[in-house]
Amino acid sequence: MPERPRTERTQTERPMIEIKSVTRSYGAFKALDDASLTIKEGEFFSLLGPSGCGKTTLLRMIAGFDNPTSGSISVDGQSMEGIPANRRPTNMVFQSYAIFPHLNVEQNVAYGLKRLKLAGPEEKRRVEEALAQVSLTGLGKRLATELSGGQRQRVALARALVMRPKVLLLDEPLSALDKKLREQMQVELRRLQQAVGITFVLVTHDQYEALAMSDRIAVMFGGRIAQVASPKEIYQRPVNRQVADFLGGMNFVKAEIVEENGASLVVDTLGFGRIKTDKPKAFVRNGGAATLGIRPERLRVLWDNATAKFEVAGKVVERHYFGEITHLIVEIPGLEKPLSVTETNDFGADDIPVGTSIRLAYDPEALVAMAD
Amino acid sequence: MTAAAEGSPAFGMTRARRNALLQSEPVQGFALISPTFLYALILLVLPILVVIAHSFWTQNYLTIDRTFTLENYRIALTEPIYRDLLWRSLYISLTVSFFTVVLAYPIAYFISFHGGRHKSLWLFLITIPFWTSYLLRVMSWKVILGYNGVLNSGLMGLGVIDEPSTALLYNSSAVIITLTHAWAAFAILPIFVSLEKVDRTLVEAAKDLGDGPIRSFLRVTLPLSAPGVISAALIVMIPTVGDYVTPKLVGGKDGVMIANAIQAQFGKASNWPLGAALSVTTMLIVTLIAGATVLILRTAQRLAR
Amino acid sequence: MTAMRRFLANGWLSAYAFLYVVFLYLPVIFLPIFSVNTAATPKFPLSGFTLKWYEDLPRTPALLDAAWNSLVVGVSAAILSTVLGILAARSITRYRYPGRRAINGLIMAPLVLPEIIVAISLLLVILQLGLSLSLFTVVLGHVLVSIPYSMTVLTAGFEGFDRSLEEASADLGESAFGTFRRVTLPMVAPAIISSLLVCFTISLDEFLIAFFLTGTEATLPIYIWGQLRFASKLPGVLALGTLLLAASFLLMTVAEILRRHAAKRTQNEGGLYA
Repeated sequence: MPERPRTERTQTERPMIEIKSVTRSYGAFKALDDASLTIKEGEFFSLLGPSGCGKTTLLRMIAGFDNPTSGSISVDGQSMEGIPANRRPTNMVFQSYAIFPHLNVEQNVAYGLKRLKLAGPEEKRRVEEALAQVSLTGLGKRLATELSGGQRQRVALARALVMRPKVLLLDEPLSALDKKLREQMQVELRRLQQAVGITFVLVTHDQYEALAMSDRIAVMFGGRIAQVASPKEIYQRPVNRQVADFLGGMNFVKAEIVEENGASLVVDTLGFGRIKTDKPKAFVRNGGAATLGIRPERLRVLWDNATAKFEVAGKVVERHYFGEITHLIVEIPGLEKPLSVTETNDFGADDIPVGTSIRLAYDPEALVAMAD
Repeated sequence: MTAAAEGSPAFGMTRARRNALLQSEPVQGFALISPTFLYALILLVLPILVVIAHSFWTQNYLTIDRTFTLENYRIALTEPIYRDLLWRSLYISLTVSFFTVVLAYPIAYFISFHGGRHKSLWLFLITIPFWTSYLLRVMSWKVILGYNGVLNSGLMGLGVIDEPSTALLYNSSAVIITLTHAWAAFAILPIFVSLEKVDRTLVEAAKDLGDGPIRSFLRVTLPLSAPGVISAALIVMIPTVGDYVTPKLVGGKDGVMIANAIQAQFGKASNWPLGAALSVTTMLIVTLIAGATVLILRTAQRLAR
Repeated sequence: MTAMRRFLANGWLSAYAFLYVVFLYLPVIFLPIFSVNTAATPKFPLSGFTLKWYEDLPRTPALLDAAWNSLVVGVSAAILSTVLGILAARSITRYRYPGRRAINGLIMAPLVLPEIIVAISLLLVILQLGLSLSLFTVVLGHVLVSIPYSMTVLTAGFEGFDRSLEEASADLGESAFGTFRRVTLPMVAPAIISSLLVCFTISLDEFLIAFFLTGTEATLPIYIWGQLRFASKLPGVLALGTLLLAASFLLMTVAEILRRHAAKRTQNEGGLYA
């Protein structure tokens, strides 16, 4: 599969945000624990994790609404210590959008510009431009209370973008929208980011959102950053079971290490036999045991007499229909847990009766070793 | 959008830490409320302490003798005139709070459960008379109940009575009627608020489990709204014990209450310490009754389950 | 349709509600009725329509003085208690700190204290301090009893206020003061005006505290109290009372409309009546 093409026009290797061992504690509780991270200029970066993982705390510290207990944050090479939110080169799209209800759309967008004391026509031009960027041209006179959820979100975006920030911070901006609108906005947000070339930092708990929009993702758990990588890398080569689980379904297979060298591992499994796999960077050997993982869609049903170089045989014990796909639960002799398999329905996977013996094809490359 | 000039790192740290303390929630919150808090402290708590102090002193003509004594309390609690006034004030205020709560509950229930879209309009309609002058409302009852008043002349006009009744005005019943009317809104609001908090699905659950409308009301709605009933009773009882205007205007000799006696000690009789002792006694009794009311209703609530 | 059916199904409750409202309004309604009656005593049957009692009012210097005093006291008390109410309500709704509930309880306490206690304790302290009784001391007392109402109105206005609005303002480059002026103040303005009106109404109608704490200057309720001794003055008092009633109704209606306006803006229901 070829790497998804990305516009590299605005993205450079220059660091835009540098977070150095930042900790935020409330008494004994650490909302953020020694987090370090570098976000590059022009990058669409996501902070992904369950609620309470510290992602919003980190975002609010970049914006200046909260301060690190220790550690430092710098934006565009400048330390942010002691700089209040209103003097930082960042702007934010709030989860609730925080549209000023006593002002109309235009006045909302022009709110921050008033401080810059621009000439009247210049201010008007920039407001118009920002409204056009978010496809709200012509709605300038509407009151905030007369807008739909999607429109409010666009106003919040325009209001932040009009300030031409170095970094745009987005706090779960799509969580209040319904599914269809959310998917549409994901595409639009990505397009907008490419067009304006500003560094975007998005906080989300929705893995699909992060995978669909980001250049890179930081996955966070319990105040710590677990993995920072591209969406594909995060999805296909999660560093541990927690990350693997959060990004979607994953079958875990116990294995015994036969051979370990520089970049690869050779392991023995009960179901899949002997496998040679890449050794993850953060791999820590835990005695002789290891865990391998394989995504359900990387297992393929072999129909009739078709054969594959690598296959595993088992029996269907459950079948769940999901419209375009079917989940099969397949018991494999020797594996303590049955495998979960996702198969598209174009060949009739939704008609396989429970109890059928089937064979599954797999690519040994899809089996990745990970920490527990 | 421009960054502040930065001090040396060491200075920056201490400044940040000091700012952190000044910006901490408790400090800011307390600083903000302190003017109002001080106002209440100086004009409410301090004066009440002064009253309590006075109640242990004695007065000789115009000078206050600051030797500790319980004489004022002996007079307040044993002299028949004050004892009777205290009892009557208590009797009147308990009766009034009973009637206001009993009369208010159905209204609060009606608004909360059947008010529909007009809930706030109903509440507004019911509370607005309460915002008119208390003195004027008491005065209008004097107009209604007077010898040549509305009720007498109206009843005579209808031929119900032949001559004006003197039984209507200048007695404790007139005080009770007037106070019940005057405090009605005060009783409705807390009951309404507690009824609003009753989860409607609980009532439906009770009906689903076989309770009829009356049983589900008695077993679910009423116990759940008990806190509102308690606060309604207290919010009416406490201020009415010390009411001055109503007994003075419609009470006559028979309806005098403790507040009139307290006023007299600070006015004509000019015995501040005795007035103070009567005030403190009133406050103490009110507190005791309030505590007892809460206790009794809580017990009743528990037994009802 | 359904509203009608529901109304019928709860017939007895609706009837009771109707009677209750009559009971609440009836006594108050007699004031305007007898204030335009020609007879000097309020009794049925009505003897004829006249406005002479109203015409006499502006020709009474003592009354005009009292009205002016009431205005001065009312405006001062309204402003002072609303300012103190804003500080306290903001603190209570925005910050969490130890003792918050206790302080709130103390500020709200005048609501459940017998008025006579508040009045005589203030009187004692003022006399002890050697201050002379005046309209100023009346204002002090009125502020004390108005703050709880001001707090109730303002807390409801502030509670629905989304904190992220202020953060958004700071994020867009506005200073703390600028944020207060451009976001916070416009948002809570209706609640503030509503509080001013409520406090003014309370002060305008308040009798007992003014009775104890004023020197020689009378407010309107004290003037009325003085007139009540003379039976012949009753129609004039009824006329004056009617005007006061009308003023209270008007002020409270405006306050309620403003409160609803504020509630719509902050999507927050509640307030004085809930």
